[in-house]
Amino acid sequence: MALKLADYKTTVHNDWCPGCGDFGIVNALQMALAEMGKERDKTVIFSGIGCSGKTSHFINTYGIHTLHGRVLTFAQGGKLANPELTVVAVGGDGDGLGIGAGHFVAAGRRNIDMTYIIFDNGVYGLTKGQASPTLKLGEKTKSLPFPNTNYDVNPIGLAVASGYTFVARAYSYDVRHLKDLIVQAVQHKGLSFLDVLQPCPTYNDINTRDWYAGEDLAKESLERHSRIYKLEDTHFDPLVHYSDEIEMNEKLAQALIKSLEWGNKIPIGIFYKNDLISPFTTRLTDRIPNYMENPPAKQNISKDGHPITDVSKILDSLQV
Amino acid sequence: MSSVDFSWLIGGPQGSGVESGANIFSRVCAELGYQVFGKREFYSNIKGDHSYFTVRISDQPIHSNVNGVTLMTSYDAETIFRHYGEVISGGGIIYDSDLNKVTTDSVQPLDHYFKERLQYELESKNKPFTIDGVLEIAKEKGVTLYPVSFKSILAGLAEETENPRLRGMVRMFNVIGVSLALGLIKMPPDSLLKSIDSIFSKKPQIAEINKQAANYSYNYVSSKFTDFSFTLPGTEKQPDTILVQGHQGTSIGKMVSGCRFQSYYPITPASDESVFLESNEILEIQNDRPGSTIVIQTEDEISAMGMMIGSALTGTRSSTSTSGPGFALMTESIGWAGINEVPIVLTLYQRSGPSTGLPTRHGQDDLLFAVTGSFGDFPKIVYASGDIEESFYDTGRCFNYADVYQVPVIHMMDKFLSSSVVTCKRFNPQKITINRGKLLDKVEGEYKRFAFTEDGISPRSKLGLDNGIFWNTGDERDEYGHISEDPQIRIKMMDKRMSRLDLILKQVPEDEQLVSYGIHDYTIISWGSTKGPILDALEMLKKEGIDIGFVQVKLLHPFPAEKIKSLLEKVKTIIDIEANHSGQFGKIFKQNVTREIDYFILKYTGRGMTSTEIYDTLKKIVENKANKREVLEHGS
Repeated sequence: MALKLADYKTTVHNDWCPGCGDFGIVNALQMALAEMGKERDKTVIFSGIGCSGKTSHFINTYGIHTLHGRVLTFAQGGKLANPELTVVAVGGDGDGLGIGAGHFVAAGRRNIDMTYIIFDNGVYGLTKGQASPTLKLGEKTKSLPFPNTNYDVNPIGLAVASGYTFVARAYSYDVRHLKDLIVQAVQHKGLSFLDVLQPCPTYNDINTRDWYAGEDLAKESLERHSRIYKLEDTHFDPLVHYSDEIEMNEKLAQALIKSLEWGNKIPIGIFYKNDLISPFTTRLTDRIPNYMENPPAKQNISKDGHPITDVSKILDSLQV
Repeated sequence: MSSVDFSWLIGGPQGSGVESGANIFSRVCAELGYQVFGKREFYSNIKGDHSYFTVRISDQPIHSNVNGVTLMTSYDAETIFRHYGEVISGGGIIYDSDLNKVTTDSVQPLDHYFKERLQYELESKNKPFTIDGVLEIAKEKGVTLYPVSFKSILAGLAEETENPRLRGMVRMFNVIGVSLALGLIKMPPDSLLKSIDSIFSKKPQIAEINKQAANYSYNYVSSKFTDFSFTLPGTEKQPDTILVQGHQGTSIGKMVSGCRFQSYYPITPASDESVFLESNEILEIQNDRPGSTIVIQTEDEISAMGMMIGSALTGTRSSTSTSGPGFALMTESIGWAGINEVPIVLTLYQRSGPSTGLPTRHGQDDLLFAVTGSFGDFPKIVYASGDIEESFYDTGRCFNYADVYQVPVIHMMDKFLSSSVVTCKRFNPQKITINRGKLLDKVEGEYKRFAFTEDGISPRSKLGLDNGIFWNTGDERDEYGHISEDPQIRIKMMDKRMSRLDLILKQVPEDEQLVSYGIHDYTIISWGSTKGPILDALEMLKKEGIDIGFVQVKLLHPFPAEKIKSLLEKVKTIIDIEANHSGQFGKIFKQNVTREIDYFILKYTGRGMTSTEIYDTLKKIVENKANKREVLEHGS
């Protein structure tokens, strides 16, 4: 029986602020799962802490709402133990690039086949709007007593530098485009990262929906003025085509340079895609040939309450 | 036949093969039927600092080290300076005669605190500040000296084998030292050669020259010295004996118990366990295809904990292994596992804190932290093993407790256990049972992960199970696992989780909660690795007609207060023995049993307790000469 979009929604009351960019992300995620026909009980949404952390409660699949900054650790453990699961991790930019930055980098190095979506709004919303890692230096959002004293983290740049093999950016008010990117990210074999620009209508009064739409630029020009534009509408080619150091380095550098574009023009779309780096499962299967058919979650460990693991060879080697 | 009780000490710079030397010695003794208790001490250092190994052997069961050394083998000056005083009258020292004139000042790793004490001793006895000086003191005490030029051994060997390269092979000093010791005590040489083969099994050429060196040294010492009063030709071999390293109880226990996922971050003294699991990652399964343990080295302990929980949610038995500093980083996640009722096993190999403390030394400093670590009220189990053999079976129990009660289990181990090498009865995997509790294989009808039930434990689905969808959150939640701040739900959920503590005390068999080795007027109450030295000390006292009781508490949280109270009802004097400063177990005891501890025997030098010092202190207590708080100091 084919699943409909409604099947991926729970009845849990959504308490996000009216107009929050998070709605677009949860909708797009539900649409993407429906479009792919993902089995609900083979899908897990892991989430961090904050407004975005509640996402897992709104989606009618397995939902694990974890700890601040630690969402990737839980998600990777689940995926490694049961690789047949479709795993999507979500969290805010403070969660993933502040308190969880170490995990963000380490996850890239492993390249486990799953997807990580960051809800990127430049503020810590649930604690009343403090500056978060992607807020630019010198900017003063409305609840900051003084302008931000820290330089911003570049999520796309950090992801490509850390080994993520699918790196993209989306905009939460372009739900259809976001949905398409989520589908591609989930289908990618390896760790995919999606940085979703998500205006916080309550605390980020700089990067607002109107600002992304370029309302302020409109006064000076009659031309199309949205700041957001799509990489796929340009000649930008994010794919690493062949396994060659120069090709890889060029595509990586190109993604990094592109990610620095900000201000009047903000690119969204796929920045980098490399299918030539082995996913972690391949690295494991090289050592444990039947890992995929017989992963930890599928292994029999007992019969009638007794262990069936045979350690007699190890014990023989210790016997005197 | 009088019983054998012999202690051998080998020391040298870290990286010079002290450990492999001791392993060869231990293996030879074990193969000849002796019981072995070996323990390694080392600095937090890779190369150069002093490391030593004490191997005690007997034809009777032994569980600890003693203070005196019967024979010491040293190929460096530092070992002689540090340990000459431990050799007993009638014992011997095999040493490198090229070191005689080495002065205390020329041995760089001798820290000045030690050097000052040593020089004071030498000065007071009117001896020069040299190896000769300390050896004279030993000799006056009745120790026999066996000077051997290690360089001449190499030279002689090079000549005999016509292999001049061997002249410079100082890396073989450890094997030479072991062989000299074995020759002196007249252990048959076959086992020595066999042990070398097995230790260097992957490097046959190295094995060959080491065997040549061993043979040469063995023959050299046998022909030159025949006056040593201890000979150990072998004894009746106990069937089904294994020689096992500290971490192998829990690691093999994990394999047998069905742990299939272990995440960890490197830390002394816990990582050996994870490395062993990874080295043996592919598992043989009876009548089935091979299984495997996925061992993941994470970026930090927080991640190790998160990954373990993620894996446990799939129904996989999952674990991590760490020490105090790593455990500190894990505490937030333990609370998450607690509120979400996730079964996990955390093996805590304690060392000496606080902070980095004495990073390669022993301590039982983390009991209170294990019991209280992480904020908020939630149920967990803290369980302690007393020795390596126990730790194998206890690992099986810990996984069952975790599954049955759906709680995090902290399995307390320590550095004393992890760096021991002992003989014990071959582990019997069939004595381990596997009970997954209310883990579901299939779900029918509406499913609620945290459904209210009579016993407070809900049937547990796992990620990926058909129709078993659930939600987890670190927030308080309803039966489905969705966030709820409703006060009535809060009361019911807290009561549901916390009721498990009473259930555990009610259901876990009494002999798993504590072990009584007899109750007398004077009775010791203790936990963890003090068990071995206590048992040996009690044996010594018994021979003198002094009976002292001993209760080993294994379940430390929830605390079996009522059982302990009734056990100790008639006891007049309660003695708490533990390796920390504040008597942490004593505090838990007093709080729960509402009775004072009469005497504390504590040690916090970072060195494990010996049975000798416990014996001495217990005797003082019985003779009414002890202070309420006795602090042990033995060991360098």
